[in-house]
Amino acid sequence: MRFSKKILTAAVCAVCIAAPAAWAQTGKISNGVVKIGVMTDLSGLYADLAGPGSVLAAKMAAEDFGGKVLGAPIEVIAGDLQNKPDVASSIARRWLDQENVDMITDLTGSAAALAVVKIVKEKNRIAMVSSGGTTRLTNEDCTDRTVHWAYDTYALANGSARALTQEGAKTWFFITPDYAFGHSMEKDASEAIVAAGGKVLGSVKHPFPGSDFSSFLLQAQASGAQVIGLNNASSDLITTIKQAAEFGVAPKQRLVGMIFMITDIHSIGLKATQGMIYTDAFYWDMNDETRAWSKRFFERQKRMPTMIQAGVYSAVTHYLKAIKASGTDEAGVIMAKMKATPVNDFFAKNGKIREDGRMVHDMYLMQVKNSEESKQPWDYLKLLKVIPGDQAFQPLSKSRCPLIKK
Amino acid sequence: MFEWLGITPQGLYGQLLVGLINGSFYATLSLGLAVIFGLLNIVNFTHGAQYMMGAFVAWMGLRYFGVNYWWSLILAPLAVGVVGIVLELTLLRRLYRMDHLYGLLLTFGLALIIEGGFRQAFGISGEQYDIPEALTGATNLGFIFLPNYRAWVVAASLVVCFFAWFVIERTKLGAYLRAGTENPQLLQAFGVNVPVLVTLTYGFGAALAGFAGVLAAPIFQVNPVMGSNLLIVVFAVVVIGGLGSILGSILTGVGLGLIEGLTKVFYPEGSSVVIFVIMAVILLIRPAGLFGKEK
Repeated sequence: MRFSKKILTAAVCAVCIAAPAAWAQTGKISNGVVKIGVMTDLSGLYADLAGPGSVLAAKMAAEDFGGKVLGAPIEVIAGDLQNKPDVASSIARRWLDQENVDMITDLTGSAAALAVVKIVKEKNRIAMVSSGGTTRLTNEDCTDRTVHWAYDTYALANGSARALTQEGAKTWFFITPDYAFGHSMEKDASEAIVAAGGKVLGSVKHPFPGSDFSSFLLQAQASGAQVIGLNNASSDLITTIKQAAEFGVAPKQRLVGMIFMITDIHSIGLKATQGMIYTDAFYWDMNDETRAWSKRFFERQKRMPTMIQAGVYSAVTHYLKAIKASGTDEAGVIMAKMKATPVNDFFAKNGKIREDGRMVHDMYLMQVKNSEESKQPWDYLKLLKVIPGDQAFQPLSKSRCPLIKK
Repeated sequence: MFEWLGITPQGLYGQLLVGLINGSFYATLSLGLAVIFGLLNIVNFTHGAQYMMGAFVAWMGLRYFGVNYWWSLILAPLAVGVVGIVLELTLLRRLYRMDHLYGLLLTFGLALIIEGGFRQAFGISGEQYDIPEALTGATNLGFIFLPNYRAWVVAASLVVCFFAWFVIERTKLGAYLRAGTENPQLLQAFGVNVPVLVTLTYGFGAALAGFAGVLAAPIFQVNPVMGSNLLIVVFAVVVIGGLGSILGSILTGVGLGLIEGLTKVFYPEGSSVVIFVIMAVILLIRPAGLFGKEK
C-alpha cells in the first residue's frame, strides 16, 4: 500500500515536471498537432494520378520525418473534393475553421485549387498545390500563402510545344477540356508554339469529363494540322488516344499529350503510346534516390508514383523542415522560411520557391519507349532532355502576380 | 452547300455517322431500361453498372481465361444476366408493391456498391481491351475514315434492337410480357407463371446492358465509372422516348445520338447539355414522352 502510494506520488510528480516541458515544446505548435490535409480526387477520374497515392505520399513524408515535429504529432487527413470547386471549398472551410488543419496539399483540379487557395489565404494557413496545374495560381490568383509545387501548364506547354515546334511540327490543333486547366494549358501552349515560329490552326473544347471523343478527333483530322495537342488528362486523355488510333489519326498527324502521366501509359499500354513525347517533372527510374523512394511507394500502392504524388511527398517534407527550423507553425513565418530554404530531395535539386509561390525546379522532356526497349513492368520512359528550372517555368518578369513589385 | 455553317459536307457526314454510332449505343442501353421499366415498373439505376460489368467480364475473360471477343459477346451478357436474375430474386422482388422511389433507391445503391467494388479492385484509369483481329483497320469512305469496328457496332446493336422489338411486339412470348404489364393477376389466372416471366425479363434487360458493355469495351477504356458516365444520358433518352416504350427508346436513342453529334460540331461546349435541354422541352410539351401513352 505504502509502496503503491509512493509510485503514485512519483508518477504525479513526474507528470508535474514533464508536462510543462512538453507544453513548452508543443506550445509553439497551435493546438499541439501539425495537421496536414490532403485534398484530392479519391474516387473520380484523377484518382490514379493523384488520389490515394497522394495521401500515401503525405503519410510517408510524415513517417519519414519521425511522426513528430517540435514534439507535436504530425497528422495526415484526406478529403475527396470530387473535382468540384464547391465541394472543395466546403471541405476547406471545415478543415480550417473546425479541424485546425495547418496546411492543405495536392488540390486536384485547377478550378478547385483556385477556390481553395483563396480560403487558405483568408484563414492564414498554407496551401501547397501539387496537382492543380493552372498558371493562374502564381499569376492573377497568387497569394502569399500559396506554393505551386510539381508543375504548371506553362512548364508542360513550354517543354513539349516548344521542343516539337522547333523540331519542325509547325501547325497545331488542340482538343481541350472545357475548364480552368484546359483553358490555361491551351493558352500557354499556343504562346509557346507561336513564339517558336509555329501556328495554331484551331481548337475544340469538349465537356469535362467527356466520354466519346471521335467527333472532336474528326474535327482535328479535318484541320490538317501536323500535331494534335491533347490538353485533357487521365481517362479522358486515355480514351482520346485510344480512339485516335481507331480513326487512323497517326501517322499523318502526330498526337501529343500535354499532361501525360506514367499511370496513363501503364493503362493504355506501350503499343498505342510508344514514341510519344511529353514533359514530366518526375520519373521513378532516374537515379538511385528516385528508385529507392519509388520502390517504397510501389510496395504500398502497387503503382509507380506520378510527378504529382512525388511532389506531395516533397512539399510536405519541405513544410515540416521549415516548421522544425523556425520553431513555430505560424503560416507567415513558415512561408518565409520555406522561401528562404532551397529544396533538395529526390524530387528536386536546388529547387527554389519564388516570390510568386512557384517552386522552380528542373523539368524533363521524356519519350515513351517501345516494347523492345522496355525491359520490365513500369519501364516506360527515356529522358530526351533536362529543361533547367529557369527555362522551364514562366520568368518572373512576365508574372502577373500582384505580389511582385516591378 | 454547307459553307455558311463553317463545315464541309464531308465533315458533316462524318460527324453524322459518329452520331449514329453513339446513338446505337444509347438505343441498346435504353432498350434494356425500357423493357425493365415496362414490365417491372422498376427504374433500374443498376443499368450503368451492368453495362460496366459486361465490359469487365469480357476483359477478365480475355485476360485470365483466354476467352476471345466473339465468345464474350455471348458469355458476358449471360453472366451479367445471371447476376441480374439473382438480384431480382433476392432483392428487387420485394419492392414491386411499393412506390417507385424504393426501387430507384435500391438499384442506385446497388450501382454505387458494384462500382465501388470494381474501383477498389481495378483503379480508375481502367484496363485496355483490344479490338478483335477481324475488325481492326478502317475503310475509307471518302468523307470519313470509318473504323471497321464502329461499323460492326452499329450493325450489331441495330440487329439486337430489332430482335428485341420483334420478340416483344410480334411473338407469343412478347404478348405474354405485354399482358403481364397491363394486368398481371389476369394473366396469372390464365395459367402463365408471371413471377418467372418477370425474373427472366429483368435478366434479359441486364443482359442487354452487358451486351452493350462488351461492344463498348474496345472503344472506350474498360473502367469502373464507364457506366455512370453514360447512364444519365440514357435515362434522358428513355424519358424522351416515353417510359416503357420499346420502339420509342430505340428511335430516340439513335435520334439523340445524331443531335448530340451535330452539337459537338457547332457548339461542342454544349454537347453534354443538349440532350437534357431537349428532355425538358419534350416534357413540357408531351409529359409522357414522344412515344409514351398517358395513363
